[in-house]
Amino acid sequence: MAPSRVKEESPELDLKPRARKRRWDVVAPDTIPVKSEEDLESKLEAKLESVEAVPKKRSRWDEVEATPRKSRWDQAPSLEATPTGAAAMGMQTPLHPSVSAGGIPMATGSGLLPDEELDRLLPSEGYIILEPPAGYVPIVTPARKLMQTPAQTGSGSGFMMFDENTAVSAGMAKQIPTNIPGVGELQYFKQEDMKYFGKLADGSRESELSIDELKQRKILRLLLKVKNGTPPMRKTALRQLTDNARQFGAPALFDLILPLLMERTLEDQERHLLVKVIDRILYKLDDMVRPFTHKILVVVEPMLIDEDYYARVEGREIIANLAKAAGLAHMIATMRPDIDHVDEYVRNTTSRAFAVVASALGVPALLPFLKAVCSSKKSWQARHTGVKIIQQVAVLMGCAVLPHLKGLVDCIAPCLTDEQAKVRTVTSLALGALAEAAAPYGIESFDSVLEPLWLGIRRHRGKGLAAFLKCIGFIIPLMDPEYANYYTKEVMVILIREFNSPDEEMKKIVLRVVQQCASTEGVTAQYLRDELLPSFFKSFWVRRMALDRRNYRQVVDTTVELAQKVGVAEIVERIVDVLKDESEAYRKMGVETIEKVVAALGATDISERLEERLIDGILFAFQEQTIEDNILLNGFGTVVNALGLRTKPYLSQIVSTILWRLNNKSATVRQQSADLITRIAVVMNNCGEDVLLGKLGVVLYEYLGEEYPEVLGSILGALRSIVTVVGISEMQPPIRDLLPRLTPILRNRHEKVQENTIDLVGRIADRGAEYVSAREWMRICFELLDMLKAHKKGIRRAANNTFGYIAKAIGPQDVLVTLLNNLRVQERQSRVCTAVAIGIVAETCAPFTVLPALMNEYRVPELNVQNGVLKSLSFLFEYIGEMAKDYVYAVAPLLEDALIDRDQVHRQTAATVVKHIALGCIGLGCEDTMVHMLNLLMPNIFETSPHVIDRIIDGIEAIRNCVGVGIVMNYTWAGLFHSARKVRQPYWRLYDSAYVQSADAMVPYFPQMEEDEYRRNELDVWI
Amino acid sequence: MADKLRAQQQLEQLQTRYVGVGHADTTKQYGSHFFSQLEWLSNVQRDSLAAYIGHPAMLEHFSVALNEPQERVRVQFIDKMIQPCGPPKDKEEI
Repeated sequence: MAPSRVKEESPELDLKPRARKRRWDVVAPDTIPVKSEEDLESKLEAKLESVEAVPKKRSRWDEVEATPRKSRWDQAPSLEATPTGAAAMGMQTPLHPSVSAGGIPMATGSGLLPDEELDRLLPSEGYIILEPPAGYVPIVTPARKLMQTPAQTGSGSGFMMFDENTAVSAGMAKQIPTNIPGVGELQYFKQEDMKYFGKLADGSRESELSIDELKQRKILRLLLKVKNGTPPMRKTALRQLTDNARQFGAPALFDLILPLLMERTLEDQERHLLVKVIDRILYKLDDMVRPFTHKILVVVEPMLIDEDYYARVEGREIIANLAKAAGLAHMIATMRPDIDHVDEYVRNTTSRAFAVVASALGVPALLPFLKAVCSSKKSWQARHTGVKIIQQVAVLMGCAVLPHLKGLVDCIAPCLTDEQAKVRTVTSLALGALAEAAAPYGIESFDSVLEPLWLGIRRHRGKGLAAFLKCIGFIIPLMDPEYANYYTKEVMVILIREFNSPDEEMKKIVLRVVQQCASTEGVTAQYLRDELLPSFFKSFWVRRMALDRRNYRQVVDTTVELAQKVGVAEIVERIVDVLKDESEAYRKMGVETIEKVVAALGATDISERLEERLIDGILFAFQEQTIEDNILLNGFGTVVNALGLRTKPYLSQIVSTILWRLNNKSATVRQQSADLITRIAVVMNNCGEDVLLGKLGVVLYEYLGEEYPEVLGSILGALRSIVTVVGISEMQPPIRDLLPRLTPILRNRHEKVQENTIDLVGRIADRGAEYVSAREWMRICFELLDMLKAHKKGIRRAANNTFGYIAKAIGPQDVLVTLLNNLRVQERQSRVCTAVAIGIVAETCAPFTVLPALMNEYRVPELNVQNGVLKSLSFLFEYIGEMAKDYVYAVAPLLEDALIDRDQVHRQTAATVVKHIALGCIGLGCEDTMVHMLNLLMPNIFETSPHVIDRIIDGIEAIRNCVGVGIVMNYTWAGLFHSARKVRQPYWRLYDSAYVQSADAMVPYFPQMEEDEYRRNELDVWI
Repeated sequence: MADKLRAQQQLEQLQTRYVGVGHADTTKQYGSHFFSQLEWLSNVQRDSLAAYIGHPAMLEHFSVALNEPQERVRVQFIDKMIQPCGPPKDKEEI
C-alpha cells in the first residue's frame, strides 16, 4: 500500500490533529504508524485509541451526520430528469448535473449505521445503551436494512462514497449489488448507477406503487439491462424497449434516458448502448418525440464536438434520426432560437446539428431556410451561424454537395462582402470547404464569388486575408488551365507579399495555397521559376522553418509540389547547400525534400557538377547526424539508387564511410550502416563493384557476433541482400563458412533477427544447398521447428518454405521424420505449422514419398497425431491439386475411418481433406470415390457447431463440383420440405449454395411435380 | 445467437442477389405456408423457362417440336414466367 509507506516515513503524523482535512490525509486505521518494536496487538490498540481520541478530527465522508460540512464532493448530482432549468434560463449549454445541482447532504439518518461502527464512534464510558421501548418498531423495512445502503432510501436523492479503509465500507462495497431484483445478474454495477437505478432495489412492493411508477421502474429495469447486462440480456431488453416504446411514451422514456446520457462517468460502451436505445425508440416514437426535440438536442449537441470520433458519429446518428422522426419544420422551429444565441459555443453546436439535419433530410429542403438565415438583417450572429451551417454541410457530406453546390454558394455569396469581419472570414472558409468537397468539379457554381474573393485579397489584411487565401487555394484547382493561370498570377502577388508575414498561421496557409496553385495545370514552370522560386526559397528555406514540425512538413510538401513543375535540377540546385548546413534539423529537411523529389522524378536531370555536390552533401549529412533516423537512410538510398551507374566513382568513399560507421560504438549507427548496405547493394552490383561487396560481406560476417538484436537483424539483412545480388557461388565469405554461423542465430527469439536469418537460410537452401553437408541441414531443420510457431506470419511462411527446400536438397525421409515427430507436441500453432510443412515437403518431393509415412502415422492411437495427419493431408491435397487423382483410392479408407469417427474434429478435418481432394480431381474420373465420401459426409449436416458444419458443407459443395449438381441434389430434395425446421434448415443451406453456384445446371434435375399446374409440361415435348 | 443473426443476414444478402434462394420457411406443405411453397415452385418453373430460352439449342428444340417460330416460343415462355403456377388461390380453396 503506497500511502502507508509515506506515513511511516513521517513520524510527526502520529496522533497529531491535522490542519487540513482532506480525505487523503486521514490516518487510515490500518496504517497508524507503529514503532518497529511494537507488536501487532499494540498496533491494534493504537488503532482503536486513535479512533476514540480524535473522533472529531476525522473528516471521513461517512461521518457527515456528525459534522454536516458541505463540500462540493459531498453533493450528489441532481436527479432532475433533464437540465430543463438550465435550458429555460436560456443556457443552451447543458451543464453537468453535478455542477448545476444544489447540495444535498448525503447519508440521511444514522439509524443506518451498523452497531459496531456506532460502538467505535461513540465513547464507551459515561454512556449506556438503552433498550428500545417495548412497542418500538423500526421504520426501516427489512429489505432496506438488508441492503444498508443509505442511497436506497425512498427519497433516492443521493449516494455515498465511502472511505475505503473503514471496516464499514469493506462491508458496503460488497453491497453494491450486481443483482437487482427483477433484473438478474448484471455484468457490473457502478457506483454512479446507484443514483439512477437505486430505486429498483429499494424493496417497495409492486402493489403499493402507482401505474406511472410501475412503468418507470419497468423502463429503468430495461435500461439497466441494456446498459449493464450481458449481451443476450441486452438484446431482449432492447427489443422490449423498442416494441413498447409507444406504450411507455416519450416523456417516461426520455426523462430516464437523457440524464443517464449526461452522466460524466459514462463509458464509451455505455454511451454507445444508450445511443442505440435512443435510435430505436426514436424510430418507433416517430412524431411523438416532438415535445422532447429540444431536450434531446441539448443533450446530444455537445457530442457533435466531442474529442472522440465515435462520440461525434453517434451524436450525428441521433440527430439524423431525430430529424427524420420530428420532421424538418419542427426541427427548424426548435433550433431557430439558438441560431443567434449570444454564446458562441451554442451557435457552433447548433450549426453542426443543422448540418446533420441537412444531410439527413436533404439539402434542398433546408436551402430556403438557410437563405433566409444568411441574409438575416437582424443580427450578424445569425448570418455567421447560417454560413457555418453550410460549411459544416460541406465537411459532412463531401462530394454529395455537388448537386446543390450552386444553391449553397449563392446562399452565402453576399456574406463575402458582409460588414462584419467574422462573417466574411467564415464565409470564405465555407466557400473553401465547399470547393474542397466538390473538387475537381463545380467551378461554374463559384463564378459569382470569384470577383469578391479576388477583390477581397487586395482589401483585407490579417486573419480575414488568411481565410480568403485559403478559400482561393481550394478554388484554383477546380479551374480550367487558362483561368487557373490568370487567377494564380493575380493571387501570387499577395502570396509573395505574405511570405514575409510574421504570423505562423498565415505562413502555413500561404504554403498550402502555393502548393495548390503549383499543382494546377495552367500554371507554367517558367512562371514559377521566374516569379515564385526566388522569394519562396528566400523566405521558407531558412533554418527556423525546420524547427517547427508542421512548418517543416508544409515546406517539404510544397517544395516537392513545385519540383513536379520546375524539375529536379532546379530544386536540388537550390537545396544542395542546405545539406552542409550546421543545423541538423535543417539538413534533414533538405535530405527529405531531395529524397521525395528524386524518388518521384528520378535523377536524370542532375548535372555532373550537381551530382558531385549532392553526393558530397548527403555523405556529410549522413556522417554528421546525431540522431539516427530513417530520413537520412532513405534519402541516401534513394539518391544512390536514382543515380545508378553514376554512383560508381563515389562508391569507394561511401563504402569506407559505411565500414567506419559499422565499427561505431553506438548501436543505432551500426544498424543504420548495415541498413544502408541493404539499400545500395543492387547499385554496387550494377556498378561492377563485386569485390567491394565481397569485402563488405566478410566484414558483416565478422560482425555476426553482434549483441543487439536490432543491429544483428540489419546485418543479416545486409548479408542477404549481398547474397541476392552476387549469387550463392560468388558469395564472400563462402556459403560453407557462412551457414554454420547462422545455425545458432536461428535460435534467437527476436523477430527481426528471425525474419532475416530464415530468409537468408531459405535462400541458401533454395539456391545453394549443395555447399553444405546434409547433417548441417538436419541441424537447421531442428532449429526451424521452433520457428513454425513464430508470431509473425512472414517468419512462419519462410520457415515452411525452407523445409520444402531442405527436403528437396537432402531427400524427404529425414525431414519427414522430424516433422512427424513434431505432430506429437502439445502446442496447436506448432502442429498446424508442421502440418503445413509436411504439405510443402510432399509438394516439393512428390506425394508418394510422403504419403506412406504419413498414413502410417495415423495408426498412432492419439487424438493430436491423428488430427495432425488429417490436417497435413488437407494441406497436402490443397497444394498438389490435380496430382491428387492418383492418390484418391489410397487415402479413401483412411478418410472413411476419419469421417465416421466419434470425434468432431476428426470429421471436420476429414471433410476439409475431402474438399481439397474433390476440388483437385474435378473431371478426372474419381466420381465413384467422391460419391462414397458424400455418403459419409451427408449424415454430418445436422452438426451445430459452426466450425464443423462449415467444413462439412464445404466438403459437400466441393463434391458437388466434382460429381455434378444433380447427384448432390438427389440427396437434398428429401430434406427441403421436411416437417421439422431443424431438418429443413441445413438442407436449404445446401440448396441455396447449389443454386447460387449452378442454378442453370439444376434445371434438368428439379423433381417432377404430380399436380398438373406445377408440372413442367415443356419437358414432355419430344421430337 | 449471434451466429443465427449472421446467417440470417447472409441469407438476406444472398436473396437480394438471387431471387431463387430459399430458406427453411419455404415449406412444401399446403396450408398456412401455401404461398411460400408456391414461391419455390414458381422459381423452379421460372428457372426452367429461363434455361430453355437461354440455351439456343433448347429453344430450337422446342420451336421444332411445337412447330412455332423460335421468337414466338421465346415470348410464350417469357409470358409464362408471369404466373407459372397459375393465378394465386385463396386459402379456402385448398
